[in-house]
Amino acid sequence: MHVIFEQLINGLTIGSFYALIALGYSMVYGVLKLINFAHGDFFTLGSYLGYTVLVFGAALITNHFGLWGGLVLAMTVAATSLAAVGLIVERLAYRPVYPAGRLPAVVSALGASIVLQNAIMVIWGPRFQAYPSNLIPNIHIQIGDIHITILQILILVLSFVLMGTLYFIVQKTTFGAAIRATALDRDTASLMGININKVIFFVFTLGPALGAMTGIMVGMYYRQISFTMGWNYGLKAFTASVLGGIGNIPGAMLGGLILGVLEMLGAAYISAAWKDVFVFLILILVLIFRPRGILGEKLAEKV
Amino acid sequence: MVKTQRFQIMIIAGAFLVYPFFVSDYFIDIAFYFGIYALLGLSLNIVLGEVGLFDLGHAGFYAIGAYTTAILNTKFGIPIFVLLPVSALAAALFAYLVCSPVIHLQGDYLLIVTLGMGEIVRLALINNPFDLTGGPNGVFGIDFPTFGYGFDIDSSIEFYYLIWIIVALSIFGLIRLQKSRIGRAWNYIREDEIAASANGVDVKNYKLLAFILGAALAGVAGNIYASKLMCVSPESFTFWESCLMFCIVLIGGMGSIPGVIIGAAFISLFPEIFRPFAMYRMLVFGLAMILMMMYRPGGVWPRKRGAVEFRSLLGPAARREDV
Amino acid sequence: MSDLQARPDKEIVLETRRLSKIFGGLTAVNMIDLQALKGEILSLIGPNGAGKTTVFNVVTGIYKPEMGNVFFKGSDITGRKPHQIVSYGIARTFQNIRLFPDMTCLENIMAGQHCRSSSGVFSSIFQTPHQRREEERIREIAQARLRQVNLWAFRQDLAKNVAYGSQRMLEIARALASDPYLLVLDEPSSGLNPRETEILMEFLTELIRTEDVTILLIEHDMNVVMGISDWVVVMDEGRKIAEGTPKDIYNNQRVIEAYLGKDDEEEEIDHGTTAEH
Repeated sequence: MHVIFEQLINGLTIGSFYALIALGYSMVYGVLKLINFAHGDFFTLGSYLGYTVLVFGAALITNHFGLWGGLVLAMTVAATSLAAVGLIVERLAYRPVYPAGRLPAVVSALGASIVLQNAIMVIWGPRFQAYPSNLIPNIHIQIGDIHITILQILILVLSFVLMGTLYFIVQKTTFGAAIRATALDRDTASLMGININKVIFFVFTLGPALGAMTGIMVGMYYRQISFTMGWNYGLKAFTASVLGGIGNIPGAMLGGLILGVLEMLGAAYISAAWKDVFVFLILILVLIFRPRGILGEKLAEKV
Repeated sequence: MVKTQRFQIMIIAGAFLVYPFFVSDYFIDIAFYFGIYALLGLSLNIVLGEVGLFDLGHAGFYAIGAYTTAILNTKFGIPIFVLLPVSALAAALFAYLVCSPVIHLQGDYLLIVTLGMGEIVRLALINNPFDLTGGPNGVFGIDFPTFGYGFDIDSSIEFYYLIWIIVALSIFGLIRLQKSRIGRAWNYIREDEIAASANGVDVKNYKLLAFILGAALAGVAGNIYASKLMCVSPESFTFWESCLMFCIVLIGGMGSIPGVIIGAAFISLFPEIFRPFAMYRMLVFGLAMILMMMYRPGGVWPRKRGAVEFRSLLGPAARREDV
Repeated sequence: MSDLQARPDKEIVLETRRLSKIFGGLTAVNMIDLQALKGEILSLIGPNGAGKTTVFNVVTGIYKPEMGNVFFKGSDITGRKPHQIVSYGIARTFQNIRLFPDMTCLENIMAGQHCRSSSGVFSSIFQTPHQRREEERIREIAQARLRQVNLWAFRQDLAKNVAYGSQRMLEIARALASDPYLLVLDEPSSGLNPRETEILMEFLTELIRTEDVTILLIEHDMNVVMGISDWVVVMDEGRKIAEGTPKDIYNNQRVIEAYLGKDDEEEEIDHGTTAEH
């Protein structure tokens, strides 16, 4: 029995990575109907920036900030830098292409992804980089038969705080209502006096910032990062956002968590090698029977 | 106008014909891969360009074709040329089976499902089911195409001609399809699905037909690719490969056959031309993609409707003085 | 509905019996009985949200009805797919014009003949004699229809680039290109100026006079309805509230109420919101 619980915890941990990245996809999709293929690379870039702060600022951090302070510093640097990068990419690669329709934006997004990925490779080199392993004490907590590491708890707490905050902003504040309204119908929202540019600003700063923080958590969890990892995580996270109902923010969170748990359960009870096949099969089945995803709303086309 | 067009086509065909006599094997091979991408671009263009279906898993069909050839050739010694139609059929059958249940999905939902299918194919190949696919290493020792009587296709130049003859035949067939009721029905669906069905187009069947034909053509590309490389491995059929095909169609111009060739040239030749830039070349490549979409969002050579037609190639049916 | 004149004794082309369509909890079409007689123009009128377009969508197979049947020339076609229905001989236009915007006007009209042709992939690639003859025929019919609506000059222009009024006529021509027995027009005059409306009315009466076709019409412009209809059916809130000759309807108290007399709020149920439930 305890295997299930451990797998559930593992699943929730990677599920929260997927969920946090999926939020970036879903928010941008909601507002612009654009699949931001560069989002996975925002995540990678954040991970590398955090790595640089933690490794090269190691002396500074231990002398002045302490361990936790160092982590906060790395998170802050990565998140703010990525917010800026997100805005720059939106301005340079997406904004000029929107008017031409959605498909050119897909190519432009793929182009932006290639640029970011190769920029990371040029700066940090093509090899794997090892995250410092002494950041969080490697303590196991045992509850009954179940082992959980401190790091997992930290990741889960931080992820749920971040998701909770975003959920609150989107569901409970006026600005959140503006975002949801824009996601439903951009033209009408703008006629109602919603400043679409502000909404775009919000999703293109917050999404990449969340991605960057996830990048650091992934680095700490798996201890190594590579410049191509954005593709895999991005693919999974995008899948998660579709599973939950793309454009729907609670859906992205739910989709991410479900995907993570499915993946771990699939690995434990079916086969580790076939776990991704299992995940994609579930996705396809969900879409066959619920084409708008789990929480997505059905919009009938007016004839 | 018809005359100048025929003249231009002859010039281009002539250039392709004599090209290998002026360059080294290395550049002939580059042109071979250009041909492979052209064929893949043409195959995705049926689905994405003509019908407007977002297929981001096209590498899966390509993989099915390549592995069908690889496995049947290495295990049973069936000649490559016999396997060419077999690979096309296998990919088409696969497309029919996997696309039938999801063909009703719209836009981005179809995109994610095709993407998922492409990934499932690749992951399955890595996992070596029934010890057939050789796992991550793939399948080795695939033959060259042989016809007997000592006539084999085993040099760069022969492969170059083989792929471009197939590309030329495909273009010929596809132009005729574009100008037929089938091609128009595909375009009607792309333009407005409801209006298309209200005008008698069986939307579901025509979408499936596009997937089947597109997959078959990708299967042909897989067959030639496998025999040229003599080995296949899952890393040739990644999501990235599907993305490249997607870009070929959009860079060229949706539904435009000359556009697809230009898009394939861009995707396959650009990284070669910029080889001197070493590690910066892919950076430049990505930037070029963004810039192209900024300045030519409809593609480099969008499909022209009405006024310009390849009339002379099409036989008497289209050779009327009006239209 | 008291003093209905008996309708002329003609063949019934289209008949609906107790046709009902429900969206969520909302009954958009409620037990509608319609009879379109051969060679007549039957108009369906009623306030916004009355369910007229939904009737059309059920008849042309875009929606499946919850209850009731549609009979076309005597056979039950309830629940058939749109592409089948057009092949039986019912062609339609849409309230908010649905052309193929990035295709030429001629290509748009050629769509009409799709259901009357059969060439497949192989005959198209090898251009068999049958395929060539068929293409020839499609082209000729499309050209004739294009001339009929006076849009010959625009044959090579993209549909999105022609004027709004021409787009309406183009859509009608596309429907006619399928050689229909029944032409179903959803507000053909909406967005047209008075002169264009005049041309449209002349066109439709001429069509009825010269061709073997029956017309089912949704119309808001009372001048058009009263001017060209043979029979008028009035709907309100999903139900049929009256039917008769244009003259009867013009004087019918319930019809006047439906349009003018009642609470505004109730009337303004937009069809769009109905469809989204």
